Amino acid sequence: MDRQQLRQQVLEELQHIAPELEPDTLRSDRRLRDEVDLDSMDWLRFLGALHRRLGVNIPEADYHRLDSLDALIAYLEQRLAPSSP
Amino acid sequence: MIDFKLPSLGADMDEGTLLEWRIKPGDAVRRGQVIAVVDTAKAAVEVECWQEGDVFELLIEPGAKVPVGTPIASLLEAGESAATARRQVPRKPVVEPVAPAPGRPLETVAPASRPRVSPAARKRAGELGLDPAALTGTGPHGVITLEDVEAAGRAPAPTERGPTDRQAAMRQAAMRQAIGAAMSRSKREIPHYYLSQTIALGPAMAWLQTRNAGSTPEQRLLPSVLLLKAVALALREYPQLNGFWREGAFQPAADIHLGVAIALRQGGLIAPALHAVADKPLGQLMGELADLVQRARSGSLRSSELSDASLTVTQLGDQGVDTVFGVIYPPQVALVGFGSIAERPWVESGQLCVVPCVVASLAADHRVSDGHYGARFLGEVRRLLQNPDSL
Repeated sequence: MDRQQLRQQVLEELQHIAPELEPDTLRSDRRLRDEVDLDSMDWLRFLGALHRRLGVNIPEADYHRLDSLDALIAYLEQRLAPSSP
Repeated sequence: MIDFKLPSLGADMDEGTLLEWRIKPGDAVRRGQVIAVVDTAKAAVEVECWQEGDVFELLIEPGAKVPVGTPIASLLEAGESAATARRQVPRKPVVEPVAPAPGRPLETVAPASRPRVSPAARKRAGELGLDPAALTGTGPHGVITLEDVEAAGRAPAPTERGPTDRQAAMRQAAMRQAIGAAMSRSKREIPHYYLSQTIALGPAMAWLQTRNAGSTPEQRLLPSVLLLKAVALALREYPQLNGFWREGAFQPAADIHLGVAIALRQGGLIAPALHAVADKPLGQLMGELADLVQRARSGSLRSSELSDASLTVTQLGDQGVDTVFGVIYPPQVALVGFGSIAERPWVESGQLCVVPCVVASLAADHRVSDGHYGARFLGEVRRLLQNPDSL
């Protein structure tokens, strides 16, 4: 899966949580939880959806690395890479 | 014969529009069964029946808007039959046509399903090749009239989002008005007093971190659940904050059902009840809270959830506020607010340290309790949160 596909899948899951989201206007280098107005319950649902779809279980300890959409994509790429532990 | 009346849908909802029946004459109804879906400004509400019997008659039709307390169906009690019921004095419940109050735009919102169309309008729609279900009715109870069909026939084909946007805007205006009415009543009638206390959450957050480590997102607990449970347990000791002010007197609630204020994505808020919070383990509460938030946002709640809450808890921590100054949701007599959980300087046993803290606030009704009592309640919430294993 290339970066574009991954981004597409992440955005789809985000839109399930926040139907009003318009991907074109989302600034992917800004704080995601502000850009999309996610509260902690939304965030948890979003992570649950990513876990089911991509098989990546993001622990609480890594939340600080997922500040923006760009950071989240980079994190997921790293976790999905074959060499990752 | 039992008259089933439209139950209360919360202080800010005094009427509802029937969307659909889930029962028909002859059906047996058991306690807690959803028998109808009613639309309000805030959500489509599944109306539960708390009586048992066989459905005799449905007294209103989909599309009808009726005030809370209106008989909407009649049930036969055990031992009654349709024949014996018919021998009774024929009683036709009078459903007053609801005059559209000024500024109640909901009146013209067609129900989401089974649109009611006048026969002339249906015929004309057929001639024009229009789908009546796609039109917005301006007749009584949102009925689609011949004029609506003619107007739609003259208008250029609506853009895909047009009617939806209009309905959404009307819905929002109706919700704003409903919230305004309930909060005006609260500020007019309830002599509020306010208290707040900063609570250190070091042990609670450490406990939570350990509990959530190695779990999937679905298994994790949010701090909210600990706060809700602590409030519920503290209410057991302070019953004067848990209940209702009705007809000039305080009625303590039999159970502790916490209203959870939930912000809706399209704007507005709703505070449905999380039932029997003090009696449930944290994992179960988390599941029920997640379900409640999701259903509140998708607009699908049950009537008991809108009327049972005996105290409301509002958490605005995700927005970064320090303190909530709450407005009590009548007929309740208190509201507990939590700000954001953030690390703050804290002095403990003469030592300055940095610990996660939250400001808990209480808005309570002076007709029922005093500041001293409220302060002791907040102290109990703090005490409970220092020992997360007990929650």
